[in-house]
Amino acid sequence: MKEKLVLVGNGMAGVRTLEEVLKLAPDMYEITVFGEEPYPNYNRIMLSPVLAGEKTIEEITLNDRQWYEDNGIKLVTGKKVTNIDRIKHKVIADDGSEHSYDRLLIATGSKPIILPLPGKDLKGVIGFRDIHDVDLMLEASTKYKNAIVIGGGLLGLEAANGLMQQGMNVTVIHLLDRLMEKQLDDASAKMLKSSLEERGLKFLMETQTEAILGKNRVEKVKLKDGTELDADLVVMAVGIRPNVDLAKTAKLHTIRGIVVNDTLQTYDPRVYAVGECVEHRSNTYGLVAPLFEMSKVCANHLAKHGIGMYQGSVTSTKLKVTGIDLFSAGDFFGNENSEDLVYQDEASGVYRKLVVQNNRIIGAVMYGDTIDGSWYFDLLRDETDITDFRKTILFGQAHLGDSGHGEDDRVALMADTAEICGCNGICKGEIVKAITKEKLFTLEDVRLHTKASNSCGSCTGLVETLLALTVGGDYSVAPHLKPMCGCTDFTHDEVRGTIKRNELKTIRNVMDFMEWKTPDGCGKCRPGLNFYLTCAWPDEYVDDSQSRFINERVHANIQKDGTYSVIPRMWGGETTPKELIALGQIAENHKVPTVHVTGGQRIDFLGIKKENLPAIWGDLSKAGFVSGHAYGKAVRTVKTCVGSEWCRFGTQNSTQMGIDLEKMTWGSWMPHKFKLAVSGCPRNCAEATIKDFGVVAVDSGWELHVGGNGGVKVRATDFMCAVTTTDEVKEYCAAFMQLYRSEAHYLERTAPWIERVGLTYVKERIVDDAEKRKKFAEEFWFSQKFSQDDPWKARAEGVDAHEYTPIVSMV
Amino acid sequence: MSENWLKVGKFDDIPKLGSRLVKTADGDIAIFRTSEDEIFALRDSCPHKQGPLSQGIVYGKKVSCPLHDWKIHLDTGLAVAPDEGCTASFPVKIDAGIVYISLDEKKTEE
Ligand code: SRM
Ligand SMILES: Cc1cc2nc3c(=O)[nH]c(=O)nc-3n(C[C@H](O)[C@H](O)[C@H](O)COP(=O)(O)OP(=O)(O)OC[C@H]3O[C@@H](n4cnc5c(N)ncnc54)[C@H](O)[C@@H]3O)c2cc1C
Ligand code: SF4
Ligand code: FES
Repeated sequence: MKEKLVLVGNGMAGVRTLEEVLKLAPDMYEITVFGEEPYPNYNRIMLSPVLAGEKTIEEITLNDRQWYEDNGIKLVTGKKVTNIDRIKHKVIADDGSEHSYDRLLIATGSKPIILPLPGKDLKGVIGFRDIHDVDLMLEASTKYKNAIVIGGGLLGLEAANGLMQQGMNVTVIHLLDRLMEKQLDDASAKMLKSSLEERGLKFLMETQTEAILGKNRVEKVKLKDGTELDADLVVMAVGIRPNVDLAKTAKLHTIRGIVVNDTLQTYDPRVYAVGECVEHRSNTYGLVAPLFEMSKVCANHLAKHGIGMYQGSVTSTKLKVTGIDLFSAGDFFGNENSEDLVYQDEASGVYRKLVVQNNRIIGAVMYGDTIDGSWYFDLLRDETDITDFRKTILFGQAHLGDSGHGEDDRVALMADTAEICGCNGICKGEIVKAITKEKLFTLEDVRLHTKASNSCGSCTGLVETLLALTVGGDYSVAPHLKPMCGCTDFTHDEVRGTIKRNELKTIRNVMDFMEWKTPDGCGKCRPGLNFYLTCAWPDEYVDDSQSRFINERVHANIQKDGTYSVIPRMWGGETTPKELIALGQIAENHKVPTVHVTGGQRIDFLGIKKENLPAIWGDLSKAGFVSGHAYGKAVRTVKTCVGSEWCRFGTQNSTQMGIDLEKMTWGSWMPHKFKLAVSGCPRNCAEATIKDFGVVAVDSGWELHVGGNGGVKVRATDFMCAVTTTDEVKEYCAAFMQLYRSEAHYLERTAPWIERVGLTYVKERIVDDAEKRKKFAEEFWFSQKFSQDDPWKARAEGVDAHEYTPIVSMV
Repeated sequence: MSENWLKVGKFDDIPKLGSRLVKTADGDIAIFRTSEDEIFALRDSCPHKQGPLSQGIVYGKKVSCPLHDWKIHLDTGLAVAPDEGCTASFPVKIDAGIVYISLDEKKTEE
C-alpha cells in the first residue's frame, strides 16, 4: 500500500512542493489536496494584472483539474480543514469529514490584516488576496465610483493602480510619510509617488483612518482629523499575517508563523509546512522565490532523499505597475558600519542606491531604470567583493564592458520577430508564447521547450529578461542555487564537495550516492562529472571516454561534414624548417584537403576521415609532434611574440617563456578551454590581455593578467600582479590554473568565473598567501604527472581502436 | 515479417553507452548499446543536419547528436520533443553473443 500524503492549502507553495515530489518519487504517495478556495491552483501574483485588466483568470491557472487527475491526485476544493488529530493521523474538514495521512503538508498561506476599525465588517470592505477579492473589486468598479485603499505598500499600490485602470476614483491612505516603506528609501519613494500622482492616483500621507461609516454597505471613511471621504469600496492592504489558525488548533508550535526546521518539518516530524504560513529561523516570507526554494527542499525530504537543507533566502521586489520600474533588495537602509553609493538624476527620473558593507552589497534600491537590478542582486547573494569595480558599479554592468545582460527596456521594445537565440534561430515571439502557453517559470523550462539559450548560452541574459518581463514579479529571480542539470537537484559546488568529502571515485558512485534522477545522466552532466573526478583524483581516476564529448573522446575536432581536424602542438607558436618540411610531407602523403594557419599560431589539417586519424597521428608522432588539444576543454595554445630575441622593443625572452609555459601546462584538462599568451612588451602583439592567463614582459620582469577571452563577449584580463623571475611566473601560473580547475563550474570559462568570485578572491589565494599559492601549484604539478601522455601516440599504437574502425563493412 | 538477418559482429565489441558503425552500400548505420545492455540501430544521420549520431553521447535510451545537441530516441529514431524529425531505425538482435541486423527499416508511426 502506498503511503498517504495530505496537503492542506491548494496554493502556490503547496502545489509546487507536490510537483517536486512527483518529479522525484512519482509513485511513492497517494496524494489528497484540500483547498478552501473553489479553484484549482492559480498564480496569485498575477491577480494584480487581472485587476488591471491585463490578464484573465483563465490565463493565470497554473494547474488545471486535469493535471490533478493525470497525476492521480484527489483534489477537494471548497472545503476547509479545521483540525488535525495528530495522534490518529487524521485531518478533519469543516463538514466533519475525516481523512487519514502518513505525512501531512501544511501550506495555508497568509491572510490580509484587517484593521480593527468600527465598520470593518460593512459590505464593500475587503482585503486583496484571492480571486474572490478581485471579483468583488471588479464588480464594484462597474457600479460605483469612489475607492479608498488603506496602505501604500506593494499590494496597496497594485490594487490602487488596478482600480484606477478600471475607471474608479482612487485615494490611497498611508500612515507614514513614505510609500512602500519596506522596499523604498526616501528619495525613491518620492519619485514613485509623483509618477503615480501624474497617472491620477491621490494620496493622503501620514494619515490615519478612524472609522468606516455606512449602513449596510460602506459609504464614507472617517479620518483621525475628522475629515470624511466618500467611499464605495475600501481595500485594506496593510499587511499580511501567516495563516496559523489550523496549526494553532492542532497545537503545533507557532510564533508568528508555524515554526519549522531546515528540512521544513514542524515540531511534529510527520507534519511539514511550507509557504507564507511558515516561520523559519525567525523569518517569514511574502514572495514566491523563497517559498519555491522551501518547496524544493521539502519535496526532497518527503521523497525520502533527505539531502537538501533550507537555509533562508534573500529577496528582492519589483512593483507590477506597468510603466513604472522599481527594484529593491536586501537591507537598503544600512547600519552604522555600512556606506551608501548613490546615483540620482531627478530630471530623467533615475535613482540608484547601493548599500555596501565590507565592499559587499547588502542592499539595493533602484527607480526609473532597473536594468541592472538582477546583476546587483546576484552580486548581493553571491557576496561578491566589489572592490575592483566599485568606482563604476553605479553605472551598471554594461559599463564593465559586458554587454548583452539585463537590458529590460531594450528587450521589452524588441519586435516579436527579433532573433534572441542566434544558435537555434529562435525569436522573441516564440519564447514569449512558450512562456505564456506552457506556463514556464525557469530558464531550464524555456530551454527545454524552445531550445533558446540551449546552445552557446550567450543569449541567456536576454532569455532571463524575457522571463522576467513575461511572467512578472519575482520570477526574474531564478532560485539562487542552480542545479547542475535536470538529472539532479544538486549544484556544481555541492557535487564537487561531495566527490571530495565522500571520496567518490567513479561516475556511477557519484550518481548512486547523490541519487541521480536519471539512470545514466545526460550529455550535460556526464562530461562535467568526468572532469570533476579527473581533477579530484588525478592519480586514481580512470577516465570514462563514453562520458566525453566526441571531440575529446577521439582527440580531434568534428567538422560539419563529419570529418575531423588535426592540430599538432607547436610549442609557443615557434617552429623550424625541419618541422615544416615534415608537416608538409605528411599533409601531402595523406592528401589533406585543407591546411590552415590558425588564430592560435598552429597549423591545422582539415577534412581528415575518422578512420585515417590514427595513421596521420602515427606519422606526426614519428616527426616529434604531440596533440594540440584544440578539441578539448583543456590547455589550448600559448601564443608568443618574438620578444627580446629579435624585436627592437622586446624587454624579455617572451618566446622562451611561452614555450616553457606550454611544456608545463599542456595536457591538463580544464573546466573550459584555457589559453595563454606571452608578449615581449606592453605593445602586446601576442594579445595576452584577452587570454585566460596572459603574461606581458616589462623591464623589471613580468606582469600577470587573468580572466580574459575573445569570443562573443570580449573581456579584457584583470591585472593580477607583477613578478620578477621565470620561476615565479611558472608558480603563479600553475597555482592560478589549479585554483580555477578545482573551483570553477564545468563549462565556466575564467572570465565568468572571475566575475562570479571576484578578482580579490583570486588574489587573496594566489598573490597574498604564499603558502596557498605553493600548495595550489604543487597540486597542479602533481596532476600533470598523469596528464602529459600524448593521446595521439597511444592511439596510433592501437588504443581505442574500436573508435576509429567500423564493426563491419557490408559494402 | 521474415527478416533477413545479417551478422554484424560480437556484442562485446560495442562499448557500453557507446556505439559502432556498420558500413552498408546504402550508407552508415550506427549500433548503440545502452547501460542496460540493450542494442538499437539507427541510420547514422541526424534528422537535423545529418550529424553522425554514432559520435554522440548515449544516455538512457537516447543519444545526443554531436553537432547541435538534438536528442534522438534510440528505439524509434524520433527526435525528442520539441524537436521534430525522424531517422530510420532497423531491427537488431543478439544471439549467442553475436549481433545481427536486418536492413529492412522498422516502421515508426510519427
Ligand atoms: C582553428 C581555429 C580557427 C583558425 O583556423 O584560426 C578555431 C576554430 C574553432 N574555434 Fe576558435 N579557433 C581558433 C582560435 C580562436 C581564437 C584565437 C586565439 O586562440 O588566440 C579565439 C579568441 C580567443 C578566445 O578563445 O577567447 C577563439 C574563440 C573561440 C570561441 C569563443 C570562446 C569564448 O570563450 O567565448 C569558440 C566557441 C566556444 O569555445 O564555445 C571557439 C570555437 C571554435 C571551434 C572549436 C568551434 C567548433 O566547435 O567547431 C572551432 C574548431 C575548428 C576546428 O575543428 O579546428 N573559438 N578561437 C583557431 C584554433 C586555434 C588553435 O590553434 O588551437
Ligand atoms: C495581489 C498579490 C500580488 C502579489 N505579487 C507578488 C509578486 O509580485 N511577487 C511575489 O513573489 N509574490 C507576490 N505575491 C505573494 C505571493 O502570491 C504569495 O507569496 C504566495 O502565493 C504564497 O503562497 P502560499 O502557498 O504560501 O499561500 P497561498 O498561495 O495563499 O495558498 C494558500 C492556500 O491555502 C488555502 N487555505 C488556507 N487555510 C486552509 C485550510 N484550513 N483548509 C484548506 N485550505 C486552506 C487558502 O485558501 C489558499 O488558497 C502577491 C500576492 C498577492 C495577493
Ligand atoms: S611585443 Fe612589442 S616588442 Fe615585443 S615582440 Fe611584439 S612588437 Fe616586439
Ligand atoms: S545535425 Fe544533429 S543536431 Fe544538428
